[in-house]
Amino acid sequence: MAQIRKKKSKETPPVSTASLPDIVFMLLFFFMVTTTMREVTLLVNVKKPTATEIQKLDRKDLTTYIYLGSPKDTVNYGTEPRIQLDDQLASLGDVQAFVILKREEIDPTEQPKFTVSIKADNDVKMGLVSDLKEELRKAQALKICYSTNPAGDKPEDLYKIY
Amino acid sequence: MDVDKGLMVKLPPWTDVPPDENNENKKRNTFIVLVNANNELLVGRKGDEKVMQLDEIRPAAVSFINNNGDGSCTECQGSNKDPRSSENPSKAIISIQHDRGTSYQIYVKVRNELLAAYTELRDDVSVRKFGAAFKDLPENKQEIVAEIYPQFISEAEPL
Repeated sequence: MAQIRKKKSKETPPVSTASLPDIVFMLLFFFMVTTTMREVTLLVNVKKPTATEIQKLDRKDLTTYIYLGSPKDTVNYGTEPRIQLDDQLASLGDVQAFVILKREEIDPTEQPKFTVSIKADNDVKMGLVSDLKEELRKAQALKICYSTNPAGDKPEDLYKIY
Repeated sequence: MDVDKGLMVKLPPWTDVPPDENNENKKRNTFIVLVNANNELLVGRKGDEKVMQLDEIRPAAVSFINNNGDGSCTECQGSNKDPRSSENPSKAIISIQHDRGTSYQIYVKVRNELLAAYTELRDDVSVRKFGAAFKDLPENKQEIVAEIYPQFISEAEPL
């Protein structure tokens, strides 16, 4: 009986590239979703307090951040809480110039909405914070925000002092 | 995206002149919250302060603000009308005083309690007048409520 037999090619077939775009897009979307904009590298330890009466700061472009906390690099900077402006540790005297500079960067019509967000650590003493506030008042930056984390539902979160 | 959240505060403009607060009228309308370096609280009307725990501040502040001693606040309900406490909510001032050694954490918690006291009173009026909580009201209605209970939280220089 005559048999029709397919002639098998002896070479291995090339890898299908049909799924290549799928893989590329999958990677692209993965990185788009997981990437966050770099803000600043924190040089101080900041563990924010919790509160309930919080408001959102919705305009990031009108907000300037000031970080207060003990330096991470204790060898060079010790453990006394310090002020961080942008990417470097600064002294109290630099605050006014920094804030004025930041305010000049935004549109003049929106300058009244300029807000300074203070991200301070739980263990910072109020002496440093009130010195900072005095500098802000001198720089006419009167809208400030004490950055906090939202408190949980349990009252312990709110009244417990760590 | 992480949204920054926090307690909004408006600082007074910088002046070199220290405010004087020694007349009798101001005494009655000032509620002092003093936090010392050991994070202990001394709370109450000027001249009548008591040692308190953190969770006692809110009710004390509410009854002080809402005292309505001269009866001029027509929307206030549940007022004590104590002749020694505040005259009306728009005259009542809360003053936070702290030490340089007070921890930031307790300071934020105290401020949070005082803001919560105002929220409690504002929500009360909002629900009675407009049937919704203060934060859910449109801006023009929020203004009406905020006029009944204006927020006066002042801050003294550290001791």
